[in-house]
Amino acid sequence: MQAVMVGLGSCGIAAGGLAVQRRFQELLGPGDAGVTLKETGCIGLCHREVLVEIVEDGQRRTLYGEMAPDRVDRIVADHLRGGRVVEEWVVDREGLLAGQKRIVLRNCGEIAPSSIEEYRTRGGYLALSRAVTAMTPGEVIEAVADSGLRGRGGAGFPTGTKWRLAQAAKAERKFIICNADEGDPGAFMDRSVLEGDPHSVLEGMAIAGYAIGAGEGIVYVRAEYPLAIRRLREAVASAREVGLLGPHLFDSGFSFSIRLKEGAGAFVCGEETALIASIEGRRGMPRVRPPFPTEAGLWGFPTCINNVETFANVPWILAHGAGAFRSCGTGNSKGTKVFALAGKIRRGGLVEVPMGTTIDEVVYGIGGGTVSGGPFKAVQMGGPSGGCIPASLGGTPIDYEQITATGAIMGSGGMVVMDDSTCMVDVARFFLNFTQNESCGKCTFCRIGTKRMLEILERICAGGGKPEDVNTLAELGEQIRMSSLCGLGQTAPNPVLTTLRYFHDEYEAHIRDRKCPAKVCLALVEFGIDPGKCTGCGLCVRACDAGAISGRSKEAHRIDGSRCVRCGKCLTVCRFDAVRKG
Amino acid sequence: METNGEHANGVVMSAFGRMLWRHGGEPGMLIPLLQAAQDSCGYIPPMAIEQIAMATGVPAAEVYGVITFYKQFRLRPLGRHVIRACKGTACHVQGAEMICRTLEEELGIRQGETSEDGLFTFLEVACLGCCSLAPVVMIGEQAYGRLTPQGLRRILRSFRRKPGGDA
Repeated sequence: MQAVMVGLGSCGIAAGGLAVQRRFQELLGPGDAGVTLKETGCIGLCHREVLVEIVEDGQRRTLYGEMAPDRVDRIVADHLRGGRVVEEWVVDREGLLAGQKRIVLRNCGEIAPSSIEEYRTRGGYLALSRAVTAMTPGEVIEAVADSGLRGRGGAGFPTGTKWRLAQAAKAERKFIICNADEGDPGAFMDRSVLEGDPHSVLEGMAIAGYAIGAGEGIVYVRAEYPLAIRRLREAVASAREVGLLGPHLFDSGFSFSIRLKEGAGAFVCGEETALIASIEGRRGMPRVRPPFPTEAGLWGFPTCINNVETFANVPWILAHGAGAFRSCGTGNSKGTKVFALAGKIRRGGLVEVPMGTTIDEVVYGIGGGTVSGGPFKAVQMGGPSGGCIPASLGGTPIDYEQITATGAIMGSGGMVVMDDSTCMVDVARFFLNFTQNESCGKCTFCRIGTKRMLEILERICAGGGKPEDVNTLAELGEQIRMSSLCGLGQTAPNPVLTTLRYFHDEYEAHIRDRKCPAKVCLALVEFGIDPGKCTGCGLCVRACDAGAISGRSKEAHRIDGSRCVRCGKCLTVCRFDAVRKG
Repeated sequence: METNGEHANGVVMSAFGRMLWRHGGEPGMLIPLLQAAQDSCGYIPPMAIEQIAMATGVPAAEVYGVITFYKQFRLRPLGRHVIRACKGTACHVQGAEMICRTLEEELGIRQGETSEDGLFTFLEVACLGCCSLAPVVMIGEQAYGRLTPQGLRRILRSFRRKPGGDA
């Protein structure tokens, strides 16, 4: 019995996974009766995609990486039919997953996500059945509260407390909402769970519904995740088919149904009151709280909103006990956290580590260090609401409060590694550009303040920085933070404030010296041509609008610095990598 | 009237029409209706706004307000191939800026615009979630990762070469 599992999460597909799957389909024939071809979600080892795992007799596992259609033939001939592992393509699964503890990702990359049978074989829906048939709602809430689970969307609010509040509210209708609007650029944890193990989220939602007394659940998923939406729909349908969703679950009085609502492209709809407005068909603009959604949420009814990762933890907690969850983590941050490790990292992908693991351990231990081999400069955590943590604080353990103390936030899990080739002023500008774009416009300080901060940063990156800019940025940042109604505005200044705090020298270089040490801000860079690489093709001469490049045909060309306007066009047209930034 | 919803009073209905007919009066249907209209027509034509306003009771001006709030909704048709350039953090750090400049140059348009020949629409999007392959561009449903300006040019050429502009 051989199972061939092709990793077909969105990133696997982007890396060419469908062509690999097709090749297997073409080659496997009636003679390969003992072989089943399956698709699975993302195991998290994105840097080795396309991944194909061969599981024999349910035990012996071989993981192949960098698979391409032209490699499939050999796998089929040598391994599947010939019984010989193709060693040179094997990925050291154990080694790469060392240091990780997979609770949320327990099934990702292990099961066919559309198969409810495989989910149940691994213990799925047992927690729900136990909750509904053998526990009271109060006991379920106790278990979640005891575990120490805190909201994994970024705010870290104690989940048990939120459920208790929702349970206490009296109303004839209540809602469970799963916030699957993962909007942080660089974060794809929720997407991978939804694509790779959708039932874990549905089960978590149903358990929450039982706990607070809600009969209706809604998954609000961003429209930019079509595969996740498809898998969720399949999962809801298959759960309904076997009576794990719908009326009278396990012959009890508890009924729970789940619907999907697609987002329409608004980052701010990740904020809970904006999300609710969006479901109600309105513009996604947040409102004042109190009242909190647990009191008056969707259509005015008590609503409990949790993140995908939070729900995915719940069945595991009920199945293994609150104590098991508490056994890892720090004093105030229990359990694990999933991170989307990306940027200048050798082994990028999804990792799940116990709280308390240090940033250095994640970057160097699990991530394999930077691509260049040198030390990292900073790690960006928390997306546009977060901050850049410098290498000097790499020993910081992953823990809500300790990360917050650095000026960043835990966030939803995006962790972008930066090195010397990253300009920290440009990073601040990048994030502010994002939040400015996504600001709903309701609050004056957020709407106009972020625009002004962005203008200042753009001016600095273009070489027009003024000495008072740093103070103005800090002042504006503080005002925006204090005067904004929702988390978007309140945290929009964070990337600027943390880079000002830890990378002040880069700001000085830009403002005082008109230089970009990382050579990213083109306006502050000297362009030159490497005579060793230039073939004299003249493409750059034609591209240059400033007439700054000259040279004879087939001879090395030159750039006249006094005419160069630093637009970077020559850099994009050169086919020989001859244009240098100095 | 047929019960399968395909024909109502002899008029053939699309998925959008069906949703309008069956669910138009329910609360919270505005965004799903807008999404269905866009799926049917490729964008939201003025006629659809009127129909939705009538079915939901939401004034057309308010419908317009919802449309312009969300990035997904378009009031103008797209080109044949939609190019989505990822401007997420990981892609930014790995050179997305260069990729976007290359697109601007090759297509002669800025982000949000459609090329003169109607072949390409160029959109910058926040994050496609394929961070390990940064920088990433999606053309239609296909993602292209680890891009360089040269590689991107090659891909665009292959789209232009096929008759009818299909790659």
